[in-house]
Amino acid sequence: MVLIRRFEERTEEQYTRARIGGYCHLAIGEEAATVGAVDPLGDHDYLFASYRDHGTALAVGSDPGAVMAELFGKAAGVAGGYGGSMHLLDVERRFLGGWGIVGGQLPIAAGAALALDYTGSDGAVLCQFGDGATNTGAFHEALNLAAVWNLPIIFQITNNLYGMGTSVAMASGETELWKRAAAYEMHGERVDGNDVLAVHEATTRLLTMARRDRRPSLLETCTYRWRGHSVADAGKVYRSADEIAEWRTRDPIARFEHQAIEAGTLDVGDVSELRREVDATVTEAIKFAAAAATPTVANLYDNVYGDPGTAAQFARMDTAGPFGERRETRGWRT
Amino acid sequence: MAIKTYLQAISDGLREEMRRDDRVFVIGEDVGVYGGAFKVTQGFQAEFGPWRVLDAPLAETAIVGACTGASMMGLRPVAEMQFADFISCAWDHLTTVAAKQHYRTGTALPFVVRCPSGGGFSGGPFHSQNPESSFAHIPGLKIVCPATPEDAKGLLVEAIRDPNPVLYFEHKHLYRRIKGEVPETDYTTPFGQARVHRAGSDVTIVTWGAMVYTAEEAATTVAERDGTSVEIIDLRTIIPWDREAVLASVARTSRLIVLHEDTRTGGFGAEIAATVAEEGFGLLDAPVVRVAAPDTPVPFSPPLEKAFIPQVADVVRAIERMAAY
Repeated sequence: MVLIRRFEERTEEQYTRARIGGYCHLAIGEEAATVGAVDPLGDHDYLFASYRDHGTALAVGSDPGAVMAELFGKAAGVAGGYGGSMHLLDVERRFLGGWGIVGGQLPIAAGAALALDYTGSDGAVLCQFGDGATNTGAFHEALNLAAVWNLPIIFQITNNLYGMGTSVAMASGETELWKRAAAYEMHGERVDGNDVLAVHEATTRLLTMARRDRRPSLLETCTYRWRGHSVADAGKVYRSADEIAEWRTRDPIARFEHQAIEAGTLDVGDVSELRREVDATVTEAIKFAAAAATPTVANLYDNVYGDPGTAAQFARMDTAGPFGERRETRGWRT
Repeated sequence: MAIKTYLQAISDGLREEMRRDDRVFVIGEDVGVYGGAFKVTQGFQAEFGPWRVLDAPLAETAIVGACTGASMMGLRPVAEMQFADFISCAWDHLTTVAAKQHYRTGTALPFVVRCPSGGGFSGGPFHSQNPESSFAHIPGLKIVCPATPEDAKGLLVEAIRDPNPVLYFEHKHLYRRIKGEVPETDYTTPFGQARVHRAGSDVTIVTWGAMVYTAEEAATTVAERDGTSVEIIDLRTIIPWDREAVLASVARTSRLIVLHEDTRTGGFGAEIAATVAEEGFGLLDAPVVRVAAPDTPVPFSPPLEKAFIPQVADVVRAIERMAAY
């Protein structure tokens, strides 16, 4: 959580220094909802996330340098610089991506759960998305599919109260989003998304339900994003300063720090040491990203299709143009 | 070799591939118990069981999304859109998600979406369309439009084994009308290689799907009437398309007609015409002509639909004008 917080703060800083371009969505304030749900995942479980995915990538253990390099658009990034902030992934750690279309990952996650069933795996899928995604048609289609086919999946709503600048109250007929599970005779529940232990407990239980009982579920984790929707949004037009200040008092990191110190599992010195380590890690990540090479333009076409054989298929279609003017960016070189 | 209908060839290709490869499964609306709206998967559930022939809810986004997720995990789903027209409900998943997945992440998505397409029997505006051109504009997808039973099977097997999302447009008007020899061996038809359906020397017609047979009738008509020799190139696949074969044929005939059942403006014929204008300018003795449907929805009433879908007489007229140019 501390790593995510620091990474996001420094990402914001790098963005304002124009070292990161494009669209950039920070998850400051939502760390517990992410970490509490990702931590219980086992070796056979798979994870999907929304576009606000930096924290998810760090929570699965992706190298912070490679994540930062992706934000910088570098070839050493987790997606080779082809995806960017919203499209991180780490296939080795079974994190199958952040997804840039709101709600787009839900049916895909259901398909991954179907594949686990099909192959007789004992794993399950955790699919994270925001409150805004619950109003897309894909939400309904995916939850219904999971229900009728008893798929091993947890749909986790990270409810931060706003889909960009539109509040849940303005956008949803039923504002207690977990209740939508009832429409599919699916288990639904809501937990405090700023309490990492509560999220951890709920996810662990629902994972068991998915793996052992082949029952999908809908988990609503209620939290708040401290920053705007993206770095380009100050986040102040559609919500009050009082509201933001109130939520900042419920800082999930401070809360866990307090819980851990109370329980005697950490002391104040440990926390300071951790923060120092994290600072150094993130600084290293930025250095690595800044120094890394950009992708090669000559490779522009290389990954459009998933196999080298495609080049041969496209060879007869390929052309440099009547005057050779497209030679430089010609596609399907064989 | 056995004589099969176009529909049997599709069904055989799918069944044989499911027998060969456990990762291949079928998903779609009414594909299981019902056997498919056009009976392509009749008997499949009895042979492969309900978990390899999945009756999905009426939810095209979920069907194509599930294919994306399952193929990402290494399976090889074959989805059926009940009608190609319904694919617009899955537009986002095909064009935004599936088509870009390998590019942005390097994870292959080996799945096929079968799309029964085309008109000719009063299906009306929502059950008769040929939407292949819309998808041809999306890098990352491959687009297949078989015309013969042999190709229907060979291209389907090739599509299933391809590690990319492939849209397979099977023309409904060919299902039971067209019969032909189909090899009983395990074979595939490669993508990106056109087929000379009929050799000729005066005019080239480039087409695909059901229009191959419209072109053939027109070619026979003009050959018998005044000896005009028409060459018909069946593209077989729209993405990738065989530019070399088209240019080679135009080099022989110096005249090109592009024929498709889809509407005219922005149709794939425009791409072919533009390419020949760019690269075959010196080969042409006449303007390139497009014969295509007018820019309207597909009408229901039979005389209107007949006016909409390019007819043999339309093609004959185009050949005559071109030959006289």
